[in-house]
Amino acid sequence: MAFSRRLFLKTGGLGLLSLGLPPSFLVRAAEGEKSRRNKILVVVFQRGGMDGLNAVVPFKDRSYYSLRPSIAIAEPSSGKDRTIDLDGFYGLHPALAPLTPLFDKGHLAVIHAAGSPDNTRSHFDAQDYMELGTPGVKNTPDGWLNRLLTENKSDRNPFRAVSLTQRLPRILAGKAPALTMTSIEEFRLRDSLLAPALQKVYANIQDPLLRQGGENVFEAMRILKTMESTLPPPSSESYPAGRLGESLKQIGRLIKANIGIEIAFTEIEGWDTHVNEGGAEGQMANRLQELAGALAAFYRDLGDRMDDVALVTLSEFGRTARENGNRGTDHGHANVMFAMGGKIKGGKVYGRWPGLDPGVLYEGRDLALTTDFRAVCGEILSRHLGQKDLKKVFPAYEFAGPPFGIIA
Amino acid sequence: MSAPLTDEQKIAHLLGRITFGPTPAETEKVKSKGIVPYLEEQLQPEKIPDSLVEDKVAKLKSVHLSSQELLELYPPPQQVKAKGMELSPMQSPRYVVLELQQAKLLRAVYSRRQLYEVMVDFWTNHFNVFAGKGADRWLVTSYDRDTIRPHALGRFRDLLLATAKSPAMLFYLDNWLSVNPEAVMNRPRATAAPVARRGINENYARELMELHTLGVDGGYTQKDVVEVARCFTGWTIRRPRGQPEFLFDARMHDRGEKVVLGTRIPAGGGMEDGVKVIDLLSRHPSTARFIAGKLARRFVSDDPPSSLVDQAAKAFRESDGDIKDTVRAIVRSPEFFSPEVVQAKIKKPLEFVASALRAVGAETNASPALLRSLVRMGEPLFLAQPPTGFPDVGSTWISPDMLLTRINFAIDLTANRIAGTRVKNAETWAELVAAPEFQRR
Repeated sequence: MAFSRRLFLKTGGLGLLSLGLPPSFLVRAAEGEKSRRNKILVVVFQRGGMDGLNAVVPFKDRSYYSLRPSIAIAEPSSGKDRTIDLDGFYGLHPALAPLTPLFDKGHLAVIHAAGSPDNTRSHFDAQDYMELGTPGVKNTPDGWLNRLLTENKSDRNPFRAVSLTQRLPRILAGKAPALTMTSIEEFRLRDSLLAPALQKVYANIQDPLLRQGGENVFEAMRILKTMESTLPPPSSESYPAGRLGESLKQIGRLIKANIGIEIAFTEIEGWDTHVNEGGAEGQMANRLQELAGALAAFYRDLGDRMDDVALVTLSEFGRTARENGNRGTDHGHANVMFAMGGKIKGGKVYGRWPGLDPGVLYEGRDLALTTDFRAVCGEILSRHLGQKDLKKVFPAYEFAGPPFGIIA
Repeated sequence: MSAPLTDEQKIAHLLGRITFGPTPAETEKVKSKGIVPYLEEQLQPEKIPDSLVEDKVAKLKSVHLSSQELLELYPPPQQVKAKGMELSPMQSPRYVVLELQQAKLLRAVYSRRQLYEVMVDFWTNHFNVFAGKGADRWLVTSYDRDTIRPHALGRFRDLLLATAKSPAMLFYLDNWLSVNPEAVMNRPRATAAPVARRGINENYARELMELHTLGVDGGYTQKDVVEVARCFTGWTIRRPRGQPEFLFDARMHDRGEKVVLGTRIPAGGGMEDGVKVIDLLSRHPSTARFIAGKLARRFVSDDPPSSLVDQAAKAFRESDGDIKDTVRAIVRSPEFFSPEVVQAKIKKPLEFVASALRAVGAETNASPALLRSLVRMGEPLFLAQPPTGFPDVGSTWISPDMLLTRINFAIDLTANRIAGTRVKNAETWAELVAAPEFQRR
């Protein structure tokens, strides 16, 4: 914006027209002036159903070790490959070590025995329920992040909500425009000369799906072009290899660009550990390492800007409390969530622990749920983003009980 | 009410639905033959000579090899290291999936058995296997050739049984490791399964009902999932990376009585337990409705009229799951040609790319560059990770990122910038392929 602003002041505006730039350029330059440091919500979805009991280990619950003879994580003690003690009862999986400084600083909170109350053990239904924000109801037309956007209809900036995925996730589907992008650099037309003609064709069709898609594409390309000179360079922070690290890096760059981003979404697959889940090392440990590495890099990358950011993790369900016959776990119920941010009141594990004794397991097999994910997200929406009417975002959910106080 | 379709519109619509997109030659063919005879011809693919494309596919060596041969010719990296093998770069296992992808794309573009190829693609997604999961890289070639293709227009029950016994599916959904918890054995010697594992694995049993047959609301419970998993204990693979073939291992099998969807399966049934479940599920009314609904979505619209789904489900039930009869019932229904459903479907990336190449008469060798466009559009062939396969609902394919990629593909194709693919008078086609209308069929 700095460039166009300087140019604008120098030429008094009118000169721009003589440079062959259309009047819309002035509007755009003015738009840039509005960009501000707004609050941002980042959602990371862990697809496949993370085993929350091995991510944040209830090492003081006696049943934990008897339920999981071959995959349990050892109690905290000296030496490696042991649970990292958080509060004398819970501990982090050793692969989550990059998150301990954040927890110690009070910028990372853990919510245990949390998730969606519906009892489905289908990945696809459970993900839909969580993304629609209406557990048990499948025909909800839009995702809860999109409903959050429609509260302010006047703003059509496609960068308000960006998903760093190819496909638009259900959580962002709905009436408000939302962008998907896999790379800022590659979000451009391979023949820019064709842009005006194509934009016109897409703008003039009846087909709402393609018209809206085209509108978002061309508008986003236009904004990126106007920001070319002010876009911060790609971060030098070392994010772990893989899609999650790459997308959090891109999200960080968009946030620092002050492009008007309010909601960002990304995902990490590979949590469906039916076989050879591993313990302190192995399949799930590798995933956790990628997760923790990416979150910690994002935290360092944004620095002070983390004060404006709240990041939450979601996963469709937890896994069976008991390990199965293949040193893995099957689809279960409650899980663990993480919340990270400069204003998050972290350094604490939230939620009531239901226990793992056979008599209290949900349907005799899974961790019972004591915190609805909507309670956690709702509190962040209202306190962080200033969302007043939570009923619009999470219809049919009763926000009862005292607040967690998870965010300042 | 819109006016009924003209004959020309009908032909274009038919070709948009039962083929990978119209070509001038195919349009002429339907014109001279008539719609119903053309459909009937397409329903008998074995009678359509197809040497043009099979000559091209013949050059892709790995596509014709058995899983065992693939493991020997394109050995897993661990083996290469352990045995200190010297290999040529062409023996990298990645060629196995690459050539399979190339064969699929070539057939979509050039095969004359178009409806058959459409059905192969449909079942490949319905019975999805992720080629990126461990040993499946060497198993999907045979899965495509020996499991899906022989039954794509056959009987659903045979197809279901074939997938249940396929090493690719047994590996993908972990059933090969599912063991009776009470099994008395030191270790299952016949298999490569690690020592001392006991207990069932629910993964296959759940997806078998949720995704392959009844549908998630088809009326089964968590208890049924466990019972079905017990029935399939012992359905395993001899050695996934050594002798990748189906094996029923009686020592892994749970011999007790099971009750599946209210039907008692007496103790001691052995391998028959699983076969009984396949029979039970393939003849269940929820399955007829679920399969009919998915086929109607493929051929008619994302939200097909329930009258049509009813008709198709009836055809499925009355023919004991004959896939041809079910497809015929859909394509010959009045709903199929109703004006409301014309252009109602968004093309999946494979459909978009193949239809573009067909429309412009491109010459292609299905090079990696072309396959990369499919990856960027969200459809890396044989590499859908979740067991749902690639979705068949339009809105999932038109995100801004995917739409931009499609437009860029049109630009590259019509500027002859895709290696291995050539278009005559390329630039004259740009407007067609990049048009919003061309995203639909």
